[in-house]
Amino acid sequence: MTVLRAQGLGKKYKRKQALTGCTLEIEAGHVTGLVGPNGAGKSTLLNIAAGMLEPTTGTIEVCGGVPGSGPEQLAKVGYVAQNTPVYSGLTIEEHLRFGAHLNPGWDASLAEKRVERLGLDPKQQAGKLSGGQRAQLALTIGIAKRPELLLLDEPVAALDPLARREFLQDLMEAVAEHGLSVVMSSHLVNDLERVCDHLVVLVDSQVRVIGEVELLLATHHRLSGPRRDIDTLPADQHVVSAKHTDRQTTVLVRTEAPILDPAWTVARLGLEDLVLEYMSNPTAARPALEVLR
Amino acid sequence: MTWLTWRQFRIPSLSVFAALIAIAVVLAITGPDLVGRTNFSDQDTLFGGTVLALYLLPAVIGVFWGVPMITRELESGTHSLVWNQTVTRKRWLTTKLGFGLLAAMVAGGLLSVAVTWWASPIDALSAVQTDRGMMARIAPVVFSARGIVPIGYAAFALVLGVAVGMLLKRTVAAMAVTLVTLAAVLLLVPAFVRPYLLPPQTQTVAITGENITNITGDETGDILEIGVRKPPGAWELANETVDPAGKVVSSLPDFVQNCVPRPGHDTGPPPRGSLEACMAQLGAHGYQQRLTFQPGSRFWPLQWLELALYLAVTALLTWLCFRRLRHLS
Repeated sequence: MTVLRAQGLGKKYKRKQALTGCTLEIEAGHVTGLVGPNGAGKSTLLNIAAGMLEPTTGTIEVCGGVPGSGPEQLAKVGYVAQNTPVYSGLTIEEHLRFGAHLNPGWDASLAEKRVERLGLDPKQQAGKLSGGQRAQLALTIGIAKRPELLLLDEPVAALDPLARREFLQDLMEAVAEHGLSVVMSSHLVNDLERVCDHLVVLVDSQVRVIGEVELLLATHHRLSGPRRDIDTLPADQHVVSAKHTDRQTTVLVRTEAPILDPAWTVARLGLEDLVLEYMSNPTAARPALEVLR
Repeated sequence: MTWLTWRQFRIPSLSVFAALIAIAVVLAITGPDLVGRTNFSDQDTLFGGTVLALYLLPAVIGVFWGVPMITRELESGTHSLVWNQTVTRKRWLTTKLGFGLLAAMVAGGLLSVAVTWWASPIDALSAVQTDRGMMARIAPVVFSARGIVPIGYAAFALVLGVAVGMLLKRTVAAMAVTLVTLAAVLLLVPAFVRPYLLPPQTQTVAITGENITNITGDETGDILEIGVRKPPGAWELANETVDPAGKVVSSLPDFVQNCVPRPGHDTGPPPRGSLEACMAQLGAHGYQQRLTFQPGSRFWPLQWLELALYLAVTALLTWLCFRRLRHLS
């Protein structure tokens, strides 16, 4: 089942084009990480998916409906915005009351248990919470609403490493417990690696690579060996990036097949390196542009 | 949604209503004392104060209720929290605006009822005055502080604040713009709109010594204009001298200018009645005085028309708010 389907999605502000022709499908039942450089359109995409923004071109379907189209749709999608906003004048208790009043499907016991487990004082004003606690509160509201899909826009960007780890740990547990789909954006690949089973790399609104994290790691290889022309590589080895020195060639290839050429030294690479390779070589994977190089 | 709206709105609304109660108490204490009196010159402060309160109320409602209602959410980003609960933006804005409008109109209505009651002996006296000594309740400044128009001002001010806030998305700037716009509207409507809501009446009267109420001259002693008595309780729009041909005179004829004492020529004040007699010559020469006015009996028709006008503008602004809502993020 597809939880998010975008077709030629674009968003133009008065002067700036924030998203252009983004086409993407995200499967249900996964924690999908959305990575990409600043300005790639991650936030815009998530905002459109939540119904916060209306796209100027293209179509998007989230949980089988048009984002923000009505209460039924809003009930299906949870969204925790960047900076995890909460009402600073309201206490934690009142935030739970807010959630209960505004969501027919509100899971009060879940919310209360989470607040208790996080060690938050229900009488405390949200304005006096630390960044991490605030993010936890926003996440609690997002989860206790019991959505099918939870969208998180850079939820940990403002948190210190410890709070970040706790937040993600907690998110993982909630996902496992309630079986919801999650799409979260971040530019911190290390964080995503810890929680995501699927990954989307977005560069200039385009999906550069999408797939299961394990599979991505298993099919990408860094080959190094004596200098050679990359055109001589087998056809099933898709070149992501290539670097040459006078005597040596290093290529990153994606292939399902094993590397048989004995001239290569084959190395696996971590998710962060993999993502960075895709982000720093925006044209490499596009055959039409590759010819120009 | 009702709970959230009340929770967010209770402090600003209760503060205003507490102030209104305080005003009502003062009026309730001083009000009974006014009944049956024929001289209210010692009540100037309180009279002015009540009028001022009715002008300040829409300003407070627009600036402290209207503007923060949406802008504070946009500024702190909480709109993205509330818009992602199982409540559509439309319902969210409908509840907030509905609550705000209701509270604003109740506040405006209550204050106006209290002041109208308090000032009723004063208004009754001014309704029979034909000179410029007292302001009739239909006259500009008082009119806005009586009857039902304050309800319209309150509703308009609230929605104006909300609309400006949604447009500018910045609380402080929106507060300033709302205040300036509101002040401009409350000043310009009485001057340029209200007189023409109903076609004014005109009346041409003879100039006699008795009905002249004022003579205005400049520092050289030239007489610029004179005024005659208006119908009791009317709002005078113009009080002009017309020549025998029916044209408005720009300066009064020489025979009037010559019979008034010039500064420096005389030692004491002119004998009592001599000025009136001088001016009465105008009548003998065929000059008349033309009055343009709204009669006091039109107080309620004008109140209803102006209320309708403000409510119509309120409806238009509300529609703009909902249109704008779709494009906010």
